[in-house]
Amino acid sequence: MSVKILIPTPLRPYAEKNESVQFDVRTVGEALDLLTGRFAELRQHLYADDGRLRSFVNVYVNDEDIRFLQKEKTPLREGDIVSIIPSIAGGLL
Amino acid sequence: MATKLEPDLKATTEPKLSKDEVLRYSRHLIMPEVGMDGQLKLKQAKVLLIGTGGLGAPLGLYLAAAGVGRLGLVDFDVVDFTNLQRQVTFGTSDVGRSKLAAAKERLANLNPEIQLDTYEAKLTSENALDILRPYDIIVDGTDNFPTRYLVNDACILLGKPNVYGSIFRFEGQASVFGVPGGPCYRCLFPEPPPPGLVPSCAEGGVLGVLPGIIGSIQALETIKLIIGRGESLAGRLLLFDALALRFREMKLRRNPDCPVCGDHRTITQLIDYNEFCGIRGGEAAAPAVTVPEIEPRELKARLDRGDDLFILDVREPHEVQICTLNGYLIPLGDIPKRAHELDSSREIVVHCRSGKRSAEAADFLRKAGFRKIWNLKGGILAWSDQVDPSVPKY
Ligand SMILES: [Zn+2]
Repeated sequence: MSVKILIPTPLRPYAEKNESVQFDVRTVGEALDLLTGRFAELRQHLYADDGRLRSFVNVYVNDEDIRFLQKEKTPLREGDIVSIIPSIAGGLL
Repeated sequence: MATKLEPDLKATTEPKLSKDEVLRYSRHLIMPEVGMDGQLKLKQAKVLLIGTGGLGAPLGLYLAAAGVGRLGLVDFDVVDFTNLQRQVTFGTSDVGRSKLAAAKERLANLNPEIQLDTYEAKLTSENALDILRPYDIIVDGTDNFPTRYLVNDACILLGKPNVYGSIFRFEGQASVFGVPGGPCYRCLFPEPPPPGLVPSCAEGGVLGVLPGIIGSIQALETIKLIIGRGESLAGRLLLFDALALRFREMKLRRNPDCPVCGDHRTITQLIDYNEFCGIRGGEAAAPAVTVPEIEPRELKARLDRGDDLFILDVREPHEVQICTLNGYLIPLGDIPKRAHELDSSREIVVHCRSGKRSAEAADFLRKAGFRKIWNLKGGILAWSDQVDPSVPKY
C-alpha cells in the first residue's frame, strides 16, 4: 500500500529536511521502521530506549490516533496519510 | 403564582448593558448568534489568560474588545525589543516595562467597561489553584512544558475548561481541554519531551503572524464556550501550517488511563512540574555537557597577540547573515560528518549564538579526539557585550 508519512517541522532537521516521504507498507509499524531506517537520527526522537514510541509523539492514521486503533499494528490502506505529531510548547516566546 | 414572579425578579438582578455598552457591542447585538443573551454572558464571564506574550496579545485584545467582563492576566516578564515582532499589545515605548502593566494599560484603553486583574507572578504548584479558582475559563498561552502540565492539571482538579494553543516556527496547534467528558492535555501528550530533545535555538524562531492566528483561534473558542454557540474544538486537535496555509484536524479522545482525568486517577493534587519535565533546580535548560571554556575578553587578547586560533562557527548559515566573527562555518548538525575538515593539531575555539550549541559541538569533538578545543563562553551575545558592541545581538 502506498502511504504518505508527514514529518512535522520540529523533526525535519533529523529527516534531511523532508516534509513527507512515501512508502509501500502494510502497517504503521512497518512505515515507522522504514522511516527510522532511512533517517537514523529520527529514531532516538521517536522511540525511547525501551523501544516504545515516545509519549510526547503521537502517530495518526488520517485523523485517528493509533493508540485508539491497533497501535503499531494498525493496518494501512492505499492513500492513507500517517502524521507524526509532537508536542510543542511555544506561545509566549 | 411564584413562577410568574420569576421573570420580574430576574430582570432586576441580572446585569444589563448601559447605553454606551449597547453601542460598543452593537455588531454583536445585531447578530442572533450572540445577541443580548450572548453579550450578557460575555459581560458575566471570568477568563484567565496565562501569559501576555505572543498568544496572549490577540487573546487579550479580542477578549477585552468582545466585552469579557472580568479578564485576569498572569505574567512576570518585561517587554523587550525582540517581543515587538509579534506581541502586538506592546509598543516600542513599552520596552523595559512590565508586560502586565503595559498590557493592562492597553486593554483598559481598549475597553474601560471591563475588570482587569493582574497577577505579577510565575504560575507555580503553590499559587496556581488560588489564581485559577475565581475564573470560569483558563486560556493557556505559555511557552514551556512545566507550565503547560501545571495549567492542565490545575484545570482538571478545578473542573475548568482549558483553551489550548501552541506554536513552533510556522506551525500551530489548538484545542479545548477539560470540558466534561472531553480529553485533557495529558490524554494527548502523557509526558513532555526530555529537555535534551527539545529543539534548540538553531531550529527555533517563530513567524510573527502565527501567534496572531493561533491566539485568535483561542479567543474564538473562549467566546464560543461563553456564549454556548457553535461547535467547540474540544475533542479535536487543530493543526495549522502557515507556510502551506493548511489546517488539519485530528480526533482527540479522553484516555481512560490518563493519570489526571482518567478512570483511575493517580494525580489528585499538583506535583513538581519541573521535576516531571526533567528539569532540575528550576533551570530552564540544564547544561548538558561541560567543556573547557574561553572568555570573550581572553579570546580577543589572544587574537590581538596573533595566536594561531581556529574559530569554528556552529550556527546555521542564515544566522551568519545576521552577524559573524568570521569563523569557519559547520552547523552543529553537520559536525559529525564534517569533523574531518578540522585540524586537530590546531587550537580551536567553537562558538554559536549563546554558547549552548557550541558546547555540544566541543563535547563531540573532544570525544572524537580533539584535545585543544575551547567553547566561547556566552557565544556571540557575550562577545557583543564584552568585546565588540557593534556586533548585533539576536
Ligand atoms: Zn486526561
